[in-house]
Amino acid sequence: MSLKRITIGFLPLVDAALPIMAREHGFAEEEGIEIELIKDVSWASVLDRLLYGHSNAAHMLAPLAIAATLGRERPAQSLSVPFVLGLNGNAITLSNSLAEIVQPDGGLGDPYSVGNALKAEAQNRKADGNPIRLAAVHRYSSHNYKLRYWLAGCGVDPDRDVEIVTISPPFAADALAAGEVDGICVGEPWNSVAVKRGVGQIVLVTAQIWRRGVEKVLAMKSDYLSENEELVEKLIRAMNRAGAHFVKAENWDMNAEILARSEYLDGSKTLIKRAISDQILLKLGDEPQHIPDFMFQHREAANFPWKSQAAWLYSQMVRWDGNSYDAAEYAKVEAVFRSNIYRKALADIDAPMPGANSKVEGAFKAPVAVGVTQGRLTLSADPFFDDRVFDPEKLEEYLYDK
Amino acid sequence: MRIVLIDEDKARAAIIEQGLAAASDIEVHVLSDRHGMAKAIAEIDPDVILVDLGNPSRDILEEYFSVSRALARPIAMFVDQSDDDTIGEAIDAGVSAYIVDGLAPNRLRPILDLAIRRFNAFSRLQDELKEAKDALADREVIAKAKQILMARRNIGEDEAYKILRDQAMNNNKRIAEIAEAMVMADKLMGDSL
Repeated sequence: MSLKRITIGFLPLVDAALPIMAREHGFAEEEGIEIELIKDVSWASVLDRLLYGHSNAAHMLAPLAIAATLGRERPAQSLSVPFVLGLNGNAITLSNSLAEIVQPDGGLGDPYSVGNALKAEAQNRKADGNPIRLAAVHRYSSHNYKLRYWLAGCGVDPDRDVEIVTISPPFAADALAAGEVDGICVGEPWNSVAVKRGVGQIVLVTAQIWRRGVEKVLAMKSDYLSENEELVEKLIRAMNRAGAHFVKAENWDMNAEILARSEYLDGSKTLIKRAISDQILLKLGDEPQHIPDFMFQHREAANFPWKSQAAWLYSQMVRWDGNSYDAAEYAKVEAVFRSNIYRKALADIDAPMPGANSKVEGAFKAPVAVGVTQGRLTLSADPFFDDRVFDPEKLEEYLYDK
Repeated sequence: MRIVLIDEDKARAAIIEQGLAAASDIEVHVLSDRHGMAKAIAEIDPDVILVDLGNPSRDILEEYFSVSRALARPIAMFVDQSDDDTIGEAIDAGVSAYIVDGLAPNRLRPILDLAIRRFNAFSRLQDELKEAKDALADREVIAKAKQILMARRNIGEDEAYKILRDQAMNNNKRIAEIAEAMVMADKLMGDSL
């Protein structure tokens, strides 16, 4: 039997796990697919490879898939997201000196207390002519938008009261150590690397800012998807099984070892295993803390491409980019997330399938059994830290409602 | 024309620089250290910036190009759509190109072509070097394995080689792999040669 090949680009982060595991555990092979993985070390390169056909699909920042489709910074190319690779998994790590000020008791902070303390310190630093500098991985990233959402929600102007810059995660610990930045918002294992080196402390995890925010997605050119729909559906089934396998405790150790390999993350198995198992060391010398839902790769239909999540990202792009809301753009954005391809791929197996393609985000205060077309699905609470809800059908109101 | 070449691999940067600097109207500046890169770029005020695809700082650079007011002219990724093939070749070769606003794409073209050729040449050199090193290592281990066989079984070199070769063929392995196994086993058994 000859396998159909699909090349998938990725960055060495823990949340690149599902395509890697689909290959390593034979789930792809069982679907008749051979996954070839291409590692890059910048999102620019992952994106370029995808856009120019050197990879068929890619582990991608969700907002970047949207930005590429809208033609920000590269000529527009329509990308499609038929599968979400995970929610959460990021944290905010501050330099030891700043952490001492805004979260002196250590441990995981409350978004408002940390935010208010940061607001006061930001004013001091600004007055000294040395504004607080925070770094995110890319302007088109959930990291950037959640960071800004949190700051703004605490009364800190992300563009005037502090400076937000871009950083490459492997250099983040160095930058904290050298005082080039005062804080970082990055994915694992890079927060833990900084903590292990004793150059920073984790004060918040992004799940505290929004408990169910889309993080990385599997993106591909829309043309590629329409020409290879059957193959993509097989890939979705393979990654779905990889997801189910990945979240089981008995597989954590084996999967951490695989991810730690030089051809994948080339990192510490210990740190990777902690991230996978929601055990996070917040500060050097402390014990790792159990942080529920730190990473969220599969349960509760986490891989389902909710159009409302794409919509929220667009709302933040409009908010921070200085472009105005545009209905035609919005339509394009919602079309990036291909809920129906996901539905089709998993229709014949017993996967829980939401009844709708979109939901009001942040609305669940407690677990809710939602309408399904198959299986059963209970969605846990998904609040934003400020308890606001986002209705994708009322995006303009959301934007202008302060 | 002023070109900044950002490459932390100094050997490769030297090869690219050599090729570019051969043209009389081109001034090449190589930046290998990510510290102070933004300042250096602003000071040089280049027309073209080449960055290797494997550089982790590409995202930082692109953000800098987007927002910097220190740059004299805006810089963006080379995206002349009539040149998708060139861009494809560039990605294949491992180089990305950024040009200043207003620079005619046909001015970038020959530079990019040269960079692509040189990046590919460097890749080939690296591959050849690796092959040569591997071949040398293989020869050394095969020589050692032959020695071991010759001593233990009191046979000549040709016969020793034949034994290794036959074993390799029967087990569908490389001769060097069989030789490595033999050398390792001999070492573990003690009183090795």
